Amino acid sequence: MLIEFFFMLKKGGLKPSITELLTLLEAMEKGVAGQSVDDFYYLSRSCLVKDEAQYDRFDKVFAAHFQGIEDAYKALLADVPEEWLRKQAELFLSAEELAAVEAMGGFDELMNALRERLEEQDERHEGGSKWIGTAGTSPFGAYGYNPEGMRIGQQGSRHRRGVKVWDRREYRNLDDKVELGTRNIKIALRRLRKFAREGAADQLDLEDTIDKTARNAGLLDIRMVPERHNAIKVLLCLDIGGSMDDHVRICEEMFSAARTEFKHLEYFYFHNFVYESLWKDNRRRHAEKVPTSEITHKYGPDYKLVFVGDATMSPYEIVYPGGSVEHWNEEPGAVWIKRLLNAYPKAIWLNPEPKERWDYTPSIKLARELMDDRMFPLTIRGLDDGIKRLN
Amino acid sequence: MTQKKFTGTRAYIATDDLKMAVNASVTLERPILIKGEPGTGKTQLAIEVASALGKPLLEWHIKSTTKAQQGLYDYDAVARLRDSQLGDDRVHDIANYIVPGKLWEAFESDVQPVLLIDEIDKADIEFPNDLLQELDRMEFFVYETKQVVKAKNRPIIIITSNNEKELPDAFLRRCFFHYIKFPDKETMEQIVNVHFPDLKKALLKEALEAFYKVRDVRGLKKKPSTSELLDWIKLLLAEDIPPEVLRAGDSRKAIPPLYGALLKNEQDVHLFEQLVFLDRRGNA
Repeated sequence: MLIEFFFMLKKGGLKPSITELLTLLEAMEKGVAGQSVDDFYYLSRSCLVKDEAQYDRFDKVFAAHFQGIEDAYKALLADVPEEWLRKQAELFLSAEELAAVEAMGGFDELMNALRERLEEQDERHEGGSKWIGTAGTSPFGAYGYNPEGMRIGQQGSRHRRGVKVWDRREYRNLDDKVELGTRNIKIALRRLRKFAREGAADQLDLEDTIDKTARNAGLLDIRMVPERHNAIKVLLCLDIGGSMDDHVRICEEMFSAARTEFKHLEYFYFHNFVYESLWKDNRRRHAEKVPTSEITHKYGPDYKLVFVGDATMSPYEIVYPGGSVEHWNEEPGAVWIKRLLNAYPKAIWLNPEPKERWDYTPSIKLARELMDDRMFPLTIRGLDDGIKRLN
Repeated sequence: MTQKKFTGTRAYIATDDLKMAVNASVTLERPILIKGEPGTGKTQLAIEVASALGKPLLEWHIKSTTKAQQGLYDYDAVARLRDSQLGDDRVHDIANYIVPGKLWEAFESDVQPVLLIDEIDKADIEFPNDLLQELDRMEFFVYETKQVVKAKNRPIIIITSNNEKELPDAFLRRCFFHYIKFPDKETMEQIVNVHFPDLKKALLKEALEAFYKVRDVRGLKKKPSTSELLDWIKLLLAEDIPPEVLRAGDSRKAIPPLYGALLKNEQDVHLFEQLVFLDRRGNA
């Protein structure tokens, strides 16, 4: 039931699961949705879509799939036994089927024929070639085989035509090159954790209390400890503007994930490459710059340095004095990044450009060499690998 | 037993899709997750569902430090330790020190309750995952007393989220979902009518007009929402402001009076003033 619709949703880019489909069917069985397609629409949306950003996609698929169903459904309900048509959406047609229906004289004709036959027929039916029922070859019914047919109440598609298992690529989604979502990023960033207890002692240390109490001849001796939290320190340098505009979304996600994950997070922006100064506020980037040397003084070597940038620019911007596109830099970017790397031995560069393109961009090659090959793609896998290097 | 259907209440206007989602969740006894802009009545929904269906309401408000375990139970080891020092007899039964959480209360309830888990996205990222089993099977195990707490009546669970964190798929799969979209003018009129039945038509019309105009201003950090509109109208009524004053654009008072109820931060007010200024200059 609704299998076709389910797969169409999948094709449409939504990610409904089988549990959700079963929930929907259960809800329909219990009669939550009344007699209208609107009800069914709301119910199925509530069951199958869990993100309002996906509503639109759902609407499109729904419209494509259930076109014309409403009228036909009303007409059918009028004089057909409830038992067979208990669930409105058991009737469905794919594009091919619709085409096949044309062969029989169009949708209305098919519906009329269905209604006529349903009226002629008065009991449950199995096998045979005319009556509506199961396992037959009539165009109506389930578990049968007729490309022009309508399916009523069949649990699954029985005729999965020969596609080799490996061609189906069912596990494509487990590919770790998939785009990052904030949640995924946070999970990846979790690996970069070093728990420490600092600050006010406000938690009961049960083990120590028991221990001390026992030593104290049974007199209660309560011990407190500070709460455990992530003590890792991160210095995030983000490339902004220019070619990075294509990657704004992913960088924002990365940034918001990092911000909630690390208590000690300092971030600075740069444009294309790091020079003698960075800035914190993009609107006042020319007025309020922070000298890079000040940063290295202020934040100790226990900070982990993470660059996020596509490193896509002219190689001059890295190796020559005055190479910067925005200002005159006395010393080349290469010198400045070396200074930063000296100050922070634990450093990586995350690059949102696909890894395949790295070798074709000279500036990426250069930056990679400067980073001692510690450049990783901004994907789950890349983030994982990068964080291993930071530990 | 047939469940009563939720159709909104006298104080709460529910759209058709919201009713459907709530009824599906009530019928199937599965949690429903409600998302939407702040101030669109997510939390209010639970209160109204409880009152409409005549069920007791349990509220579990989530904070950033809330752990899933706290919803189940707490083992008060310190109290037990203290009692042991004082030679209290209670100390021999560990059950005396198990303090039930909100979920436990909901499971134990003799009549089916409505349980509100408010702002689940405030909690730690793993929080929803820690509740999967409990929400699915509606039971959990108490290690200290080796007892299984099973729901007498599967509670109606309403979960709200402000979308500060994405929720895990496994969790989403177990819920119905509804996004409360911002009401259109008609629905808004109904909502205001429900709250201020004696409101003059003219004032309502002007107020809504001004309100949607403010909402349409681009770049506002926090758009005013339904609850802010209701507050604002309350203020307008209290101050007895005539509807004509609200008509913007023709007087120097282009900024709606008492806008503090609508715009909640300095930048927004500032931005709004600038726009009004530009607009006036453009018209002149």
